[in-house]
Amino acid sequence: MFRKILISPYVVWALGFIILPLFMVIGYGMTDADGNFTLENVLAIADSVHYKAFANSILLALGTTIICLVLAYPLAYILSQQKRKGAGFVIMLFILPMWINFLLRILALQMILSNTGIINGILGFFGLPAQHIMYTKGAILIGMVYDYLPFMILPVYNVMCKIDQDVIEAAQDLGATSVITFQKVIVPLSMPGVVSGITMVFIPSISEFVVADILGGSKILLLGNVIEQEFNLANNWNLGSGLSLVLMVFIIISMALMNRNKSEEGDAMLW
Amino acid sequence: MKNNLVELKHISKSFGKTMVLDDLCLEVKENEFITLLGPSGCGKTTTLRIIGGFEKPDQGQLFFEGKDITDVPANQRNLNTVFQKYALFQHMTIGENIAFGLKIKKKSDSYIRDKIKYALKLVNLEGYENRQPSSLSGGQQQRVAIARAVVNEPKVLLLDEPLGALDLKLRQDMQYELMRLKEELGITFIYVTHDQEEALTMSDKVVVMNQGYIQQMGTPEDIYNEPQNAFVADFIGDSNILDGIMVKDELVEILGQRFACVDVGFGTNRPVDVVIRPEDVVLGKEGEGYLDGVVTSLIFKGVHYEMDVMAGGYEWLVHSTLCYPVGTKVSISVIPFNIQIMNKPESDDERAVISDV
Repeated sequence: MFRKILISPYVVWALGFIILPLFMVIGYGMTDADGNFTLENVLAIADSVHYKAFANSILLALGTTIICLVLAYPLAYILSQQKRKGAGFVIMLFILPMWINFLLRILALQMILSNTGIINGILGFFGLPAQHIMYTKGAILIGMVYDYLPFMILPVYNVMCKIDQDVIEAAQDLGATSVITFQKVIVPLSMPGVVSGITMVFIPSISEFVVADILGGSKILLLGNVIEQEFNLANNWNLGSGLSLVLMVFIIISMALMNRNKSEEGDAMLW
Repeated sequence: MKNNLVELKHISKSFGKTMVLDDLCLEVKENEFITLLGPSGCGKTTTLRIIGGFEKPDQGQLFFEGKDITDVPANQRNLNTVFQKYALFQHMTIGENIAFGLKIKKKSDSYIRDKIKYALKLVNLEGYENRQPSSLSGGQQQRVAIARAVVNEPKVLLLDEPLGALDLKLRQDMQYELMRLKEELGITFIYVTHDQEEALTMSDKVVVMNQGYIQQMGTPEDIYNEPQNAFVADFIGDSNILDGIMVKDELVEILGQRFACVDVGFGTNRPVDVVIRPEDVVLGKEGEGYLDGVVTSLIFKGVHYEMDVMAGGYEWLVHSTLCYPVGTKVSISVIPFNIQIMNKPESDDERAVISDV
């Protein structure tokens, strides 16, 4: 009985803020303005504006994930091999930005990247031509990579640290060069961390829209922007919900594919 | 005379300010089972890691079959290691683990298949090729680690406390297993352990180490029966270590009483350390031995009784199959052959070694 009382706030929370909204999205998405059942809102993804925005979302999310992985993997590897105490400090430096509100971080990036910003200031100082970085896909990509990099570093680093030094020495002992050791031992053993990292970067970045708003200046439309606009500007909750459903199904399928590759050890990771 | 297979010449190694090995010299012969024995931190594992190529000595040279391999990296040395915590590749099957070294050497598929079969048979794990390491017990995993090492046909197998993580019964079984393997393979084993029983059971030669120095080297019998200093005597089994004065050849004075012994060449009236093993102390009726005393404690140990006897101001540790209840007045005698005389430590180094025990 006491337990039931303790658990009730969470049940209310889950019902009110997770289950109910989910059904509302499904409800709105599957009906028209008059409340009649229709699949039009879902099928609207086939409109050229929408599928182009969706393609932009996927491309940017993929780009973000790949760049984060390329940046994070060597860093995590090098840090995990460091026996000195410095490794933890460097990791903290990369994690530190996560403690600051991400809107602030993106606004700061805006200052750095804008036409009269710090980068162009430095370029101008050396007499180099100014670069128009703001309001391009590149700017959004920079913002997203900056935002999501810690989510890639942490799980990969955690897994790398768990790789026993003995195992690496055993590979060398059996004749493996450092290249073979890396390919045959370190990479496969770090896969659970890579899978967690990809999941933690790709899934949230596919529905990204604030970064695109600020750094893309509404010139580049992502599916997240379209959905946001349908809810906030066009006041068409039905279409917004329909497109959200498409995104949700896509995310669930991606997750399922990811988890299929995940080994048992991955459970201990952040994800 | 067998050839020296591995030779360590004047090896020194420090980690930071800690001197781990100091001018260590060691020779390992072909087809020898040699054990490095000592307490943790004595430098035995570092010695093994230097031979394996995982550590570089600060000074000194390492020879393998007469060639200097001090600077040869681990992956190019013709020896293999069995690690304490098995260090199996968890993402591979047992078969793939064993094939790892052979694949790197680009051996043919049929050769590798035959070798896996042979190695698994050798360690009594036939039919385990497709199992995952995590599905095996600790003892089985260690067998796989041994199989993975020996398929590469190394001249020397390095074993770093391979039985350390196993329970007592399994450890004893594995000792016999390792001795059998050694016979079948006909290769050199260099074995590291802190377990003196393991060392005495399996080895042809035992190297007792402490604080980076070799304390004594010899057959298990030598080490046990003729310890050269108090550290060895104390580390290898229980001992009574007493201060004594060598009156003259074959006569030593302990606790004010003269004992006949068989040692010669210590000079006259020289202070010495005397080691008497607890099983060598003979208890008798009061007045019939060298010293009279009283039993102060009695513990039943299965094969024998363990007793403390207060005699001559020293508490003697005694193992006997006869039972003398606490309070019994007894006499102590020792036959001359069982009294082991050792020089007192002379240098500060040696003294430090002993005070640390």
